[in-house]
Amino acid sequence: MPASPAEHAPDGSAGIAAYDVAVLGAGPAGLAASTAAARAGARTALVDLAARVGGQYWRHREGDSGAGHHHWPALRGLRDAAGGHDRLDFLPGLAVWHVERTPGGFTVHATAAQETAGRQAREIRCRALVVATGAYDRQLPFPGWTLPGVYTAGGTQALLKGHGVTVGQRVAVAGTGPFLLPVATALARAGATVAGVFEAGSPAGFRRHPAAIAGRPGPLIEGAGYLATLARHRIPYRTRTTVVAAHGTDRVTAVTVARLDADWRVLPGTGQRLDCDAVAVGYGFTPQIEIPLQLGCATRLDADGSLVAAAGEDQRGSVPGVYLAGEVCGVGGAVLALVEGELAGLHAAWTTAGTRPRARALARLTRRRSALRAFAAGLHDAFPVRPGWMSWLAQDTQVCRCEEVSVAEVRRAVTELGATDARTVKLLARPGMGLCQGRVCGYATACLAASLRDQGGAPGEEDLRGLAARPVAQPVTLGQLAGQ
Amino acid sequence: MSDRLRFTFGDREIPAEPGQSIGAALIAAGYRSWRTTRQGGAPRGIFCGIGICFDCLVIVNGRPSQRACLTEARHGDQVEPQEGAGRAGLAC
Amino acid sequence: MVGAACAFYCADAGLRVTVLERASVAGGTTSAGEGNILVSDKEAGAELDLALLSIRLWRELGDRIGAGQLELQPKGGVVVAQTPEAAAGLAALTARQRALGVEVTDVSQAELPELEPNLTRRACSGAWYPQDMQVQPMLAAAELLRQARAMGASVRTRTEVTGFRRDAGGALAGVDTESGPLTARWVINAAGTWGGEVAALAGAPVPVLPRRGFILVTEPLPVVVRHKVYTADYVASVASSDAGLETSVVVEGTRAGTVLIGASRERVGFDRQVSLTVLRTLAAQAIGLFPFLAETVLLRSYLGFRPYCPDHLPVIGADPRVPGLVHACGHEGAGIGLAAATGRLIAQSLTGAATDLDLTPFRPDRFTPEPARAAAQPGGTA
Repeated sequence: MPASPAEHAPDGSAGIAAYDVAVLGAGPAGLAASTAAARAGARTALVDLAARVGGQYWRHREGDSGAGHHHWPALRGLRDAAGGHDRLDFLPGLAVWHVERTPGGFTVHATAAQETAGRQAREIRCRALVVATGAYDRQLPFPGWTLPGVYTAGGTQALLKGHGVTVGQRVAVAGTGPFLLPVATALARAGATVAGVFEAGSPAGFRRHPAAIAGRPGPLIEGAGYLATLARHRIPYRTRTTVVAAHGTDRVTAVTVARLDADWRVLPGTGQRLDCDAVAVGYGFTPQIEIPLQLGCATRLDADGSLVAAAGEDQRGSVPGVYLAGEVCGVGGAVLALVEGELAGLHAAWTTAGTRPRARALARLTRRRSALRAFAAGLHDAFPVRPGWMSWLAQDTQVCRCEEVSVAEVRRAVTELGATDARTVKLLARPGMGLCQGRVCGYATACLAASLRDQGGAPGEEDLRGLAARPVAQPVTLGQLAGQ
Repeated sequence: MSDRLRFTFGDREIPAEPGQSIGAALIAAGYRSWRTTRQGGAPRGIFCGIGICFDCLVIVNGRPSQRACLTEARHGDQVEPQEGAGRAGLAC
Repeated sequence: MVGAACAFYCADAGLRVTVLERASVAGGTTSAGEGNILVSDKEAGAELDLALLSIRLWRELGDRIGAGQLELQPKGGVVVAQTPEAAAGLAALTARQRALGVEVTDVSQAELPELEPNLTRRACSGAWYPQDMQVQPMLAAAELLRQARAMGASVRTRTEVTGFRRDAGGALAGVDTESGPLTARWVINAAGTWGGEVAALAGAPVPVLPRRGFILVTEPLPVVVRHKVYTADYVASVASSDAGLETSVVVEGTRAGTVLIGASRERVGFDRQVSLTVLRTLAAQAIGLFPFLAETVLLRSYLGFRPYCPDHLPVIGADPRVPGLVHACGHEGAGIGLAAATGRLIAQSLTGAATDLDLTPFRPDRFTPEPARAAAQPGGTA
């Protein structure tokens, strides 16, 4: 590893590292951005919470052969590039809690993520910032979802790929979106019995985007491969069906699976009990945009109903010096993240190190980005969340896991206390006020608030913003804040 | 020869692979929960597995509210289940 | 909160009330309030009189609506002097306050830990104010509005007032909104930090300006701070007209378990950018008072804009410059605590009842020197 350029701090202050470009997040987007920027001559920092690169998509253990991963050669190449480049510092194990605009660029405030590392506060100065902080599973509450043994789909995958642990012996996989398939097949390959894959939607709608399909046969072939694996392991794949309740006393022992209509309302009488000892559930992804929000970047509502940071042609955010790549500017998968990351890195290097990107490279990347975005839009269209999901909630179902706020309490904030938006619901009934600060319950709370306010309306940008802004993005103690 | 590391959880010794999180090792050892919530006293373990839900909190070497899914297990760690906010000692 | 209190007391007094809120319930200044209902931080004068009345009324509201509904906690306040000079100043202050009816006991250095076991042992002395209370500001405002609705008031959110209507004689006849006009005999300007804008719209300027404050919120904890605790320099900070950053320490627990930490005051207009300098200062000062906070996790911070007037007194009552216009704003950092008294006084003044306090110190036209101006009459004018 090259020596940290702490000595180069422009203001001469000690212990504060200064770079041309700082990239937050070492998943596909961040790896692509940092390697592109460094190759283009920018002194680059790549910051991540984890001990190694890869993000969630390429979560792996030491010595992983890559057998269970996609585009593994791309990771290997980027990982080697990141490790070997003398203008690129990989800074692992850092929890970024706040980024502020300071003269000449930005200051990234972080603490050491692992407790034994002395919980040192770190500051990283940069002239341009690339935010590539990815996304996490989007959740829809259901009765019993707080039982131990219920995991997110992403968590199930992280435990398997990152720690070699299967979440249970007999797992029900449910939710919506193509991500359920790799989760189920990975579990099956690891020796778990997958009781079924329950897809709430009906992906036949994907046929509405023939252009996207023609340009991107890869994922379809991947999809067919997953389905073949499921068939080989005799794992049922059901559509218009999902887990609507989990049962057990101190851990999950069974779930109820039920059929849904086109609007995701539970069809009465179709509930079936299924024994299992673990559940993996996910309904798409929520981009992690608190840092763009801290900096004042504009947002927009994306096709999957997510609040994303708005990115321009050159991956710029609305705040000068901020670039965005990957899921933060629209959930679209790893390959799109690689393309956007490279574009962001090239542009960030251009404005700091002065290296002008080659026009042909830009054109190629821009074309790929358009095609991949069209494909992502098609996917979002095929796997939307439909408002009927709220029909499977009971009055005592917890919406907010942290503060244990029930559906009834959220309703009361609207119907009795006059809340008309998600932020007011949060301030009155407290969903989103706990440790996770609305990351898990934000989308569901916004759905409930909007639906109660507009008779079944979908959550708007204002609703989602009300639970998305976090001035403190990672835990930091008051002592660390005070600089003690 | 396995040179697995071990940490204590309550009065049990839990094995872990190098690089594994405390949470993963606990799951591998058969645990599903190691914490109770502040209001309802309900059991919780790992949910999101990637550090964003703060459900998997556990006390590590005396420090409360550590995310078990993010905290790497080290040999000799003393891990305790957490009740509520885990700061009963400060309560007045 | 002030608007909600006005709606409540006016509806209770039999008036027909419509509340117009341009955004959401309790979404403005109130949503950033800490929930202070204090007599402890008031020097002798009109504000202390208002505070003593308001505390009594908040207790009655708690009895009437249910303290649990409001998260009203009669927890009491502990003021801490950290230096011998501050201790001397505090003792002099408590003597003055005691003479005016405030319940306060001087607390020695040895007695402080009995009140607050987690307090630093380095404090010099303190004072105990059993009358101080805490409320959850948004819940309380929403509850007051709910009660007002039950008494016939109507509440229209997402409805901004865009203009004021006059009759032929120049008196107020109502307001304009985006969804049409509303006629009214009186219009109460309870627009908090935007009270100045609303007053200007009505042709009766009132100098309400923003004073920014930040609050730190910790992770949820068991009860670690029993009362509202703040340092003796808080009073001086409130009374200061300094434009720069003023900070003092305010620490208290909440029903939800989080600990709230304040307090900062800056005149930076409506700048919503988070200031790490302020957050760091608040954290360091709070640790000085409660050392355990060094290891406590910061969950979030939020900011708000206190509505202040140049003489640090609110504007309450009828505006003689525009008959029919009534103001109830400019309470600076004491709006939550003083809301009950404000609402009651307004309701009394509009119904012609004798007001519990003389409203002269709070008159809206006290800022513009006008020759031979008669004192504002407490009754409503038609």
